[in-house]
Amino acid sequence: MIDKTVVTLTEAVAHIKDGDTVFIAGFGDAGNPTELVHALIDQGAKDLTLVNNNSGNGFVGLAALLNTGRVRKMICSYPRSSHSVVFEELYHAGKIELETIPQGTLAERIRAAGAGIAGFYTPTSAGTPLAEGKEIRHFDGRDHVLERPLAADVALIKAETADRWGNLTYRLAARNFGPIMCMAAKCTIVQTRKLVPLGDIPPEQVVTPSIFVDRVVEVPHPMSERNAILNGEHYP
Amino acid sequence: MTDGLTREQVAWRIAQDMVDGSFVNLGIGQPELVANFLPEDREIIFHSENGILGMGPEPAPGEEDEELINAGKKPITLLPGGAIFHHADSFAMIRGGHIDACVLGAFQVAENGDLANWSTGGSGMVPAVGGAMDLAVGAKRVLVMTDHCTKTGEPKLVEKCSYPLTGTGVVNTVYTDLAVIDVTREGFLVRERVDSLSFEELQNRTGARLTLANDWRPLTAF
Repeated sequence: MIDKTVVTLTEAVAHIKDGDTVFIAGFGDAGNPTELVHALIDQGAKDLTLVNNNSGNGFVGLAALLNTGRVRKMICSYPRSSHSVVFEELYHAGKIELETIPQGTLAERIRAAGAGIAGFYTPTSAGTPLAEGKEIRHFDGRDHVLERPLAADVALIKAETADRWGNLTYRLAARNFGPIMCMAAKCTIVQTRKLVPLGDIPPEQVVTPSIFVDRVVEVPHPMSERNAILNGEHYP
Repeated sequence: MTDGLTREQVAWRIAQDMVDGSFVNLGIGQPELVANFLPEDREIIFHSENGILGMGPEPAPGEEDEELINAGKKPITLLPGGAIFHHADSFAMIRGGHIDACVLGAFQVAENGDLANWSTGGSGMVPAVGGAMDLAVGAKRVLVMTDHCTKTGEPKLVEKCSYPLTGTGVVNTVYTDLAVIDVTREGFLVRERVDSLSFEELQNRTGARLTLANDWRPLTAF
């Protein structure tokens, strides 16, 4: 029998190793796997490379993980926001590496990794500082930049519903990076608000098919990062 | 400078050029104002980079949903017919040439259509780009909404951008508080300008040569 569910968050993140590259899904307040990130903080893996669109807010979730000093490098498109204090301090102190990638290139590099594509050419960033050092080719009257896939050892994902095979749905804009990150990680770990019996998710409504998922843990009442930030909460 | 339009008036002016039935992405910040001024006879589908088509107005207080936000991370609503999709699909819409128009802010626009809007290049700044480079190369029409000059009076329309580029040769039309200006092979072509300034005064506030269109009109707003 296939059963990807695990009972505890501790179990879900137990195998994450020092030096791993970790995808963290989520955009703004939508789709953050905050409980999984907190479990990773408790687990203690270090020398991590994190991938997210942004760089965390306040002192919870991704920002709290950065605040442990266990992250070597951040890969993102927009590492600046009204509450990104932790990242900015680390960056200005020279304590973290940063790779800034155009948002669409970030998404497409992740998708390419999941789809077995070794590289692609895009006009995005041609002629800009973000193309420096990259191969440029001229197609159809326009310069294109060679971009390579971006894979990870682990993906941390927040879903709305999941079954024991690992089929997933997402709620509203919480989908964001979830489906492509699931495809491009060696081990995809999902926290889901509802764990449902096989067959409960209508097949045509499955957004991430089970083949891309490795572990599922139920978190029925995920925290609101927004409220935690507004309340000045810190994790741990 | 009190010679020109307010930001709301510039947004209104851009809204008049939105084509009925088109898919439009409004950049974070000032360009978002354009949505407030759409003429009633236009049905426009707004795209948001985080994976939304059919974005509606702000929710009523108390109706916000943390999982229904736009690219600026602000709460939004979905119109009937709205759709949600993942980030790679969202950027395939942009990069694949499916978005009819985007409205972006700018630090500088050059007479060849180069756009600089993501970084002032200062060493103290954390480099952050988001979707600006994707929109700049991918949208069918790139419209820029900006003040004609900086707060200190420096022209933002220039011969060559001094700030790091977002995209090369990408801008179609610039809407400022003083003028509506197309980027053409021959450089900046003034389609509309405010009555309160002479063409020479407008030229003096611009860092590149302007040409006045034969059929130019006064720039007015509501």
